[in-house]
Amino acid sequence: MSAFRVEHATRSSRIGLVVFAVLLAVLAAAPLWGGRQDLRLLAEIYAYVALASLWNLLAGYAGLVSVGQQAYVGLGAYVLFGLTIVAGVHPLIAIPIAGLLGAIVAIPVAALMFRLRGHYFAIGTWVVAEVFRLLASQISALGGGSGISLPIGIVTSIGSRQEREFIIYWLALAILVAVLVAIFVLLRSRYGLALTAIRDNELAARSNGVDVTRVKLVVYVMTALGTALVGALIFLQKLRISPDTAFSVNDWTAFVIFITVIGGIGRVEGPIIGTIVFFILRQTLADLGSLYLLMLGVVAIAIMLKAPKGIWGLVADRFGWQLLPLERRLTMADPAGSGAKARPSGQG
Amino acid sequence: MMEWLNIILQGVLVGGLYAMFAAGLSLIFGVMRLVNIAHGDLIVLAAYVALVVTTGLGINPLVSLLVVVPLMALIGYALQRGILNQTLGPDLLPPLLVTFGLSVIIQNGLLELFTADSRKLQAGAIEVSSINLGGGLAIGTLPLIQFIVAIAVIAALQLIFYRTALGRAFRATSDEPAVAQLVGLDNRHVFALAMALSLAVVAIAGVFLAVRANFDPAIGPARLIFGFEAVIMGGLGSMWGTLAGGIILGVAQAIGAQIDPGWQLLAGHIAFLIVLAIRPEGLFPKVQG
Repeated sequence: MSAFRVEHATRSSRIGLVVFAVLLAVLAAAPLWGGRQDLRLLAEIYAYVALASLWNLLAGYAGLVSVGQQAYVGLGAYVLFGLTIVAGVHPLIAIPIAGLLGAIVAIPVAALMFRLRGHYFAIGTWVVAEVFRLLASQISALGGGSGISLPIGIVTSIGSRQEREFIIYWLALAILVAVLVAIFVLLRSRYGLALTAIRDNELAARSNGVDVTRVKLVVYVMTALGTALVGALIFLQKLRISPDTAFSVNDWTAFVIFITVIGGIGRVEGPIIGTIVFFILRQTLADLGSLYLLMLGVVAIAIMLKAPKGIWGLVADRFGWQLLPLERRLTMADPAGSGAKARPSGQG
Repeated sequence: MMEWLNIILQGVLVGGLYAMFAAGLSLIFGVMRLVNIAHGDLIVLAAYVALVVTTGLGINPLVSLLVVVPLMALIGYALQRGILNQTLGPDLLPPLLVTFGLSVIIQNGLLELFTADSRKLQAGAIEVSSINLGGGLAIGTLPLIQFIVAIAVIAALQLIFYRTALGRAFRATSDEPAVAQLVGLDNRHVFALAMALSLAVVAIAGVFLAVRANFDPAIGPARLIFGFEAVIMGGLGSMWGTLAGGIILGVAQAIGAQIDPGWQLLAGHIAFLIVLAIRPEGLFPKVQG
């Protein structure tokens, strides 16, 4: 008989799950209560939550600080446009293929980039994104450097205008849920334990037998898959692509990094909180243009220096909350049956 | 044949500029294991400072170096003391994210102040003069000056690193920060001096960049990438290696541009990826750690 068992859930995480379930139901019904603008905005928010959650997994857990995730957003988008325009594939079939190709391309990229240590890995990923952007601008069938719009025939193949809006909205929500569930399952698995160990101390993880390189590769490829999926979806909504927008470091990496840092890096809840803050700021300050970006940079630096765990980190430390049952608590089986709880080993 | 020789020669000369981008990056990584993502934007900032100085004082860009270099060094010292020292530690994230934030701030600050229009510094008659080497070969006076300056900068850094008390302090804090502090070095001051020196080099690179070609607030990241590629190709920790890396990058870009204008940048990146694939430690890695 084992002397202990591992508990994941806490009271706050049980409440959190219920809240998530209700929220999901409300959001899934958005076409019933929201207008066209609401759906567009929500779909954009979902895309950013997904991108930020994936980046958080990569940088916050696996320690792979990439500033080149726009490589996979753009790749996914270009695969979608290429398959539909050149090969005549239905756009809804092209999206999963885009994700798959993202994962396949990520393997040789990782083999090359993992040769760069820590800091230099970051800039290396940027080079890869630049290479992808320059290659994309050489594809004359997709408009070269100036880009191309999705032909009307392909757009209408999804459905009438309203059907299309609903389908894209639900697809965005479905991809977000899939990304979050995949991250959740990964973190609850053996890999999650290994990732948490790597996050807290890579050297100690290695010396305890964690195959760090393998875990990092799995996370890198998974992240590429998710990012390419989201990229394809974003540009299906935009209906127009160009190398500069698809591989934009500001849109797909700077914002995503700021969202994660502000919300709380290394915690699953962080990107969700961060995206909400980001969109509230954007709705109120977007008129400021470049000043807005400048302010985001200042806020992100201030948070990194003064509260490196971000907004959610402050809340979680203060109140001990977790929205998702990811902690691992040991409950000792003791003869009196009063289950003395060990200190939580840090949130997973 | 002569045409290709000419192209390679121009590539080599541009490589000097890339080596200057790389030297500042390599220096601070060597001393404090910091990769400054804002490095390219600081180069562009230096170019704009030179623009203000040259138009304000009505002096030649090369003379403006007398003002721009100390000013950038001062900015570097303050930046390190004020912000970057707080980010140093065993964790990789803070320095990367803070310098990334800095990069976004500099870019958008410049955009706000100077608009997105591209600018250029005018250096006068020297810009168009060239030296004829005979047989159809000619090199521009300005690129030649730039290349000689690059060699001088790298030689000076090498000298400072291995022949002066400051260099000894750099190497000591790099090898054992805790012990360096024990024997009386103030690491925060040493790191700030390293950043000041790095930005002095950045200032020189920025002025030559601004004289050579058009610049606008958005071109910083590409300069960071060129510098980074030169560092990795040359071999980490080797100052002369950065010159070699810069030259390889310059030549690869020149050859790429000759094949197809769209291939200029791509050829440079591909050269970098090839070196990374077959010789990840770089071509001239420092022998002892």
